[in-house]
Amino acid sequence: MTETQTHINPKLLDILKSVPDPEIPVLTIVDLGVVREAAILEDGTVEVKITPTYSGCPAMDVIGDDIVTAFAKAGMKAKVKLVLSPAWSTDMISEEGRAALEKYGIAAPLDATADKEVLLGNKKLVKCPQCCSKNTELVSQFGSTACKAQFKCNDCLEPFDYFKCLT
Amino acid sequence: MNFTHLREKNKMNTETLKDYILEIADNSLILGQRFGELCGHGPSLETDIALTNMSLDLFGQVRSYYQYIAQLSEEEKTEDDIAFLRLERDYKNVLLVEQPNTDFGYVITRQYFFDVFHLMLMQQLQYSKDETLSAIAKKGIKEVSYHKRFSGDWLKRLGDGTKESHERVQKAVNDLWPYTNELFEMTEAATAATEAGVGVDAGQLKEPYYKEVSELLKEATLEVPESKYFHKGGKQGVHTEHMGYILSDMQFMQRTYPGMKW
Repeated sequence: MTETQTHINPKLLDILKSVPDPEIPVLTIVDLGVVREAAILEDGTVEVKITPTYSGCPAMDVIGDDIVTAFAKAGMKAKVKLVLSPAWSTDMISEEGRAALEKYGIAAPLDATADKEVLLGNKKLVKCPQCCSKNTELVSQFGSTACKAQFKCNDCLEPFDYFKCLT
Repeated sequence: MNFTHLREKNKMNTETLKDYILEIADNSLILGQRFGELCGHGPSLETDIALTNMSLDLFGQVRSYYQYIAQLSEEEKTEDDIAFLRLERDYKNVLLVEQPNTDFGYVITRQYFFDVFHLMLMQQLQYSKDETLSAIAKKGIKEVSYHKRFSGDWLKRLGDGTKESHERVQKAVNDLWPYTNELFEMTEAATAATEAGVGVDAGQLKEPYYKEVSELLKEATLEVPESKYFHKGGKQGVHTEHMGYILSDMQFMQRTYPGMKW
């Protein structure tokens, strides 16, 4: 899929990978897929283009500040631009990102069809990140942040967050 | 965000375009503010979180619209000026979204009546010739689909719930129904925007809207009101008595401490 492709200058990747998502600190902003482009301009300034997961994601301002700070530490000046198109989707989360989510206790997004089934409460497909049981139940379509829904596991009884699919 | 590259491409009169964007954006602002009032006051933790989540989505959309308007403006303007420093008559939201949070039945009904329209609008607006509006709409579709799922599910649950929930939500449906027709009213700005391929012909959404809403109401065992009398005026800036209270609450900080930031 071309829409999920990013254009990140390899020289900048390590610094960008040092910036965690402020809400889900186990995930870097690169793994989350919010960094769409990063380039060094002619005057030496770094320009980073980021896209919000949700329109009102309050983490975007913090992410912007964190990127500028991370580059400042490396002696570079950076500016951040917010882009809306192409709209972010959960397909932009990397494999490493999905693994980090699961390890952190957040169930990674299913594909769009399965997501719809679980959010309507029709099928049990979300795997509990604690005990791996699929005997889980939707508590609410809206969770602790805009990108998550609340679930509970009927086997180990733990509540957990599910990262909603957005395509 | 930088939108200057888009300005030349826009064949529409800029002032008309700004008016049209306000018509769309102000609905999200005022409904978002209504949801925000419920923060910490929702009937249960889950619904409280859901309502504020949706408030955040709407404010996010509003920021994109207002940033765009600020870019289109000759004078120095910020998104905050547009949100907080206009007078009541300058807000173009429909009367529906400013109606009060009377009870959870009203909150859900008002939201559902708006969500069905909002999703249809975004689904059309994504094909706008204006790249920024198209991008905002594409992003919005995903969020608004969730909103409609939430409000529609709750409307069914309340309508087909207990005797009391049924009666109360039916009252909300009856009271809010007369505010629905205004959603489809075409202003001069909307007509110009539609002709330029930038806006959406809201009139065409009317039939599918009432069909969808009526079907859900029936499923929720609720009666579809037969009232043929409808309120209007919001799109011209003529609001109900509730609007002044919303604005005094919302604008207090910026008017008392001009230019303040968090």
